Amino acid sequence: MSAEQQEPERRGWFQRLKSGLSRTSDKLAGGITALFTKRKLDTKTLQQLEDLLIASDLGVATAAKLTANLAHEKFDKEVTDEEVREAFAADIARILEPVARTLKIDGANRPHVVLVCGVNGSGKTTTIGKLAQQWKAEGKTVWLAAGDTFRAAAIEQLQVWGERAGVPVIARPQGSDPAALAFDSLSQAREAGADVLVIDTAGRLQNRAELMDELAKIVRVIKKQVPDAPHDCLLVLDGTVGQNAHNQVKVFRKMVNVSGLIVTKLDGSARGGVVVALAEDFALPVHAVGVGEQPDDLRPFEARAFARGLMGLE
Amino acid sequence: MFESLSDRLGEVFDRLKRRGALKEGDVAAAMREVRIALLEADVALDVVKGFIDKVTERAIGEEVTRSVTPGQQVIKIVHDNLIEMLGSDSAWIELNAVPPVPILMVGLQGGGKTTSTAKIAARLTNRDKKKVLMASLDVTRPAAREQLRVLGEQTGVATLPMAQGETALSIAKRAMAAGRLQGYDVVMLDTAGRVSIDQGLMDEVRQIRDAVNPAETLLVADAMTGQDAVTTARNFHDRIGLTGIVLTRMDGDARGGAALSMRAVTGVPIKAVGTGEKIDALEDFHPERVAGRILGMGDVVGLVEKAAETIEIEEAERLAAKMQKGQFDLDDMLSQLQQVAKMGGLGGLMGMLPGIGKLKKQMDGAGVDDKSIKRQAAIIQSMTKKERKNPKLLNASRKRRVAGGSGTTPQEINRLLKQHMEMGRMMKQMGKMGGMKGLGALLGGGMPPPREMPGGPGQNAQLPLPGSGGGFPGLPGLGRPGGFPRFPTKR
Repeated sequence: MSAEQQEPERRGWFQRLKSGLSRTSDKLAGGITALFTKRKLDTKTLQQLEDLLIASDLGVATAAKLTANLAHEKFDKEVTDEEVREAFAADIARILEPVARTLKIDGANRPHVVLVCGVNGSGKTTTIGKLAQQWKAEGKTVWLAAGDTFRAAAIEQLQVWGERAGVPVIARPQGSDPAALAFDSLSQAREAGADVLVIDTAGRLQNRAELMDELAKIVRVIKKQVPDAPHDCLLVLDGTVGQNAHNQVKVFRKMVNVSGLIVTKLDGSARGGVVVALAEDFALPVHAVGVGEQPDDLRPFEARAFARGLMGLE
Repeated sequence: MFESLSDRLGEVFDRLKRRGALKEGDVAAAMREVRIALLEADVALDVVKGFIDKVTERAIGEEVTRSVTPGQQVIKIVHDNLIEMLGSDSAWIELNAVPPVPILMVGLQGGGKTTSTAKIAARLTNRDKKKVLMASLDVTRPAAREQLRVLGEQTGVATLPMAQGETALSIAKRAMAAGRLQGYDVVMLDTAGRVSIDQGLMDEVRQIRDAVNPAETLLVADAMTGQDAVTTARNFHDRIGLTGIVLTRMDGDARGGAALSMRAVTGVPIKAVGTGEKIDALEDFHPERVAGRILGMGDVVGLVEKAAETIEIEEAERLAAKMQKGQFDLDDMLSQLQQVAKMGGLGGLMGMLPGIGKLKKQMDGAGVDDKSIKRQAAIIQSMTKKERKNPKLLNASRKRRVAGGSGTTPQEINRLLKQHMEMGRMMKQMGKMGGMKGLGALLGGGMPPPREMPGGPGQNAQLPLPGSGGGFPGLPGLGRPGGFPRFPTKR
């Protein structure tokens, strides 16, 4: 199979994220280097810096704000590219620090119910598979509910992950009512005294009102059994997504009260810079990032490492 | 947050006079807004820069035609150039090769390759009457092959039987052999998702390409992709050589700037767009729609063109003058009704506006439709000239006559008179508030979200339609005088 899988040695999370991000931030960091050897921070340079931030999906508003901060401190002064990158990285880390929170499973909830939602193809099922393996390895009893009853073979996909992790997967035939499945899964998981129940859902675009209603119904139905469930509602964001992420968070949060984000596919050339803008706008916790296809490639989100990776710094 | 390019350009050009050629300064100011609009739409920075340079060059010195404002003129130029860049030629899968024609589907994880493979296969089968075999080369993602098999069953397209322990390359070879032996016209190869910077995985897909020599190599990409679109597209194109792009999730509310970025860096056409979860939700690529979407303004250009075509400026200006003085009589109302009808009625008008789909449904639900416009016109046409000038003349007996003449009832006539009165009052107010600005505040400024719409079905739903101030910077004639009359509900 892939070269990556043949490689037995596992790199640390920081190396993985950094190698992912730095390959990707080559352009950003390289761009900054190209702008400076050592020169005066003037309006034109600031504009170019702002552009480079935009090219990492930070969005026009956040990029403008970061550059304005830099200008405030360093305008008309001699600066090196290293200084500029450090300054941006520190600023970005400061924005991300408050949202970098790992997902905590509350032992008092039996089970702790985690609902996973997101648009199509963002990586929900894969993320659930990785979470299940990690929690299982921590000695928790994990149950999965194959709530994507729409997409062809989505159930089978989760079942394979269930087998790999050695955890039970509750499933019904394709086309079943996902809310009913969620309800039954919850009662089964409660009976079994599971620590965690993770409910998968079908991918849905946030502008499809009827599908968003269906998602809200799943939450309603769960609450009938356990009023404070789901204890966590995760929105899985594709790391390649652009400014549409704002709409995704806005609408999903409104419909199902999203409690945290997981950002996937950061091992590619995407920069995931939109996370910075999201942190500013919504202040939702970012629980984890996906940096590869292996189970341990789902890693806690670390603000400083992410910010420095984005800026191509060690 | 960015709302609409036309709003912003409206502001930029507010201080300009309406006539004359576009000057360098004006264009530069406008291009700053265009630049932000494109970036907010996720068009890649490099592409934005190149685009702006080109458009600036073309826009300077452009004569502003009499019927539009400078802002509209710039939008038109930007829009036309966007379409040109997106590629006006619509292209479909090229099957000019010896059967079985191999088609290779590549892209990132979760882009929609498998679904798109099935959609294209179904279209080739049903519309182009080809015999298609689908094969999944995805041995990485759990149940990916199962997914394609199920989709094949649903669409009645054959899939290559699965075997354990094969590599992607050997499956590809087996698929081509099966295609030859069993007389298939097309063999579609659905590869595993891969990031474009993974050398090993890119080599693998290159080997597959070399082994099967595909007639088409299609990059399947998500319309929601951000700035990375350009990197991904470039990497795939450099390493494997693309012949086309399939853009998925165009039914979402992303502005779709990725389309422009990928087209710009690869130069290959966008061959299809995915617009839903159903198997038949695959459409041809319409550059003009995507252009409007990237600019965040629906098909405003179409609206502007249509307005310019159908609305007589002199008539509109005469109306505007009358309204300022508060002399809005029933004849004027009739003239407005007729202009709306001319522009393709409410349906045609609303369809061209951005973000109106829901409102349109609501209007249908409330019974606001073109028929009621016709009925209203009929009522006014059944009145004498004197009555039209002075509606107060209409006593019970005259109303009965008008009702008989127009095939309506006195109640409907009362409703129309009430609306006319309200419109008159509103316009007087606007005159006081200073014309256009006031109108914008009243009408165009805030199109309320459908839920907050006053009046449910059966009531006299008053629909504020976008007037000049908000939606369109001084749409000729249409918006300026008074927007639209408040449309009545059907009983």
